[in-house]
Amino acid sequence: MRERHFSCIVIGVSAGGLKALTSLFKSLPADFPVPTVVVQHEKADSGDLLAEILDHRTALSVRTAEEKEKLKDGVVYICPADYHLLIEEDKTLSLSVEPKVNFARPSIDVLFETAAIAYGKELIAIILTGASSDGAMGLMKVMEHGGYSIIQDSATAYSSYMPEAALRACPDVDDILPLQEIPSRLISLCRKGSFCDR
Amino acid sequence: MSFSAENTDISNENLEINLLIEAVREKYGYDFSGYSRASLKRRIKKTLNESHSTSISGMIHRLIYEKEFFDLLLLDLSINVTEMFRDPLFFREIREKVIPVLSKQSSIKIWHAGCSTGEEVYSMAILLKEAGIYNRCQIFATDFNEVVLAKAKQGIFPISNIKESTKNYQKSGGTGSFTEWYTAKYDFAIVESSLQKNILFADHNLVTDGVFSEVDLVMCRNVLIYFDRPLQNRVLRLLSDSLSIGGFLAIGSKESIHFSGITGEFEKFSHTRKIFRKK
Ligand SMILES: C[S@@+](CC[C@H](N)C(=O)[O-])C[C@H]1O[C@@H](n2cnc3c(N)ncnc32)[C@H](O)[C@@H]1O
Repeated sequence: MRERHFSCIVIGVSAGGLKALTSLFKSLPADFPVPTVVVQHEKADSGDLLAEILDHRTALSVRTAEEKEKLKDGVVYICPADYHLLIEEDKTLSLSVEPKVNFARPSIDVLFETAAIAYGKELIAIILTGASSDGAMGLMKVMEHGGYSIIQDSATAYSSYMPEAALRACPDVDDILPLQEIPSRLISLCRKGSFCDR
Repeated sequence: MSFSAENTDISNENLEINLLIEAVREKYGYDFSGYSRASLKRRIKKTLNESHSTSISGMIHRLIYEKEFFDLLLLDLSINVTEMFRDPLFFREIREKVIPVLSKQSSIKIWHAGCSTGEEVYSMAILLKEAGIYNRCQIFATDFNEVVLAKAKQGIFPISNIKESTKNYQKSGGTGSFTEWYTAKYDFAIVESSLQKNILFADHNLVTDGVFSEVDLVMCRNVLIYFDRPLQNRVLRLLSDSLSIGGFLAIGSKESIHFSGITGEFEKFSHTRKIFRKK
């Protein structure tokens, strides 16, 4: 067992996202010690509603990601619709209108790949419910860079397609968890001086 | 302990990327050093994979000796995704708030910086036509990528985009018939030639070239997001210097002038979109 320190969480979610994210963030405390960055597939014209709703419903500070913003602990950043969201190596956010990846903009793969490079083994990446295979490649990259991987147990997912696709790509995933158990796992992983056997 | 001072602060991959950027700058004059790295890295790796090069260092060799390879990379590095009336509510603001002000002038100059394949420029031309002021306008449309510029000049777009364009046109407050503005031919939509009359397409690099002309409206949307803060500041300075007093600066809805040296030179003009007016 060795000490492991985590500095950032990235989450990819698609169909059924609002419900899953609400339930997840509701169980995290306002002083959660790391930043969380979320890509949720949305229609191009859906505005910044998701961040507003989640901010209202949870203790965490949730906002729509802005370009060049420096990531802050305890804050949840939601990707704006119709942009890709990238994490820079200096831990700031970038937006891009690059072509769609896996028919999606934002794409989970784009966020995960850049986060993996920026945070390496200090990253936790989570694939939640969704009807797309976006995120599977990204999760693989996260694992290649030594990050910690979690896939929602597809039996508890509104749409099981995305968790299953991720699991096919990453059979060695660190955790497969029902949605309700993810928050407590995150809290214990992110506690200062926590231990884990990987 | 080792006696050689190996620099471990920078990964080998980042070092290769720095060298590639340097080679491109020295050989071809395009300076990508101030571009946001994460996206740049993704694009370089995409070219690496698709061109079957051996490594980023291998790409540098090809870049030096094959101009065609540079053209390919440039196309990949300049992200050209665009559409007609992109962000329709932005164009509604231009239609309803900016154009009435510009209409009072006897001659109007507009600059689209980073116009890509031209959709934004033709969208603007349609607004100007519908407002009845097109003949008083001179439109400059520039980009640093000659391939997209040539496409923009042609004004020929895939017909498959028309449905989306029409929807966007209507959301932007367009009440006319959008079909008036193009002719369908096979798989293409050819823009109405009268829209092209007052548009001048030209090669211009925002990083290395100077002020283009004094204009009354600058549109520079979804270009600044690719620059780091210092480069954003430099380019915003250039855009501000290109505007007459009372002129308008329009940037992408996710871009900002907040952290730049030009904030004090502008007042907010639109509450919903990033349109500013020079004081
Ligand atoms: C995403 S497109 C934006 C097109 C259009 N303005 C829009 O919002 O739909 C970005 C464009 O900026 C151009 N660009 C990038 N760097 C540039 C530079 N240094 N000088 C001029 N154009 C540049 C690219 O070639 C590309 O066509």
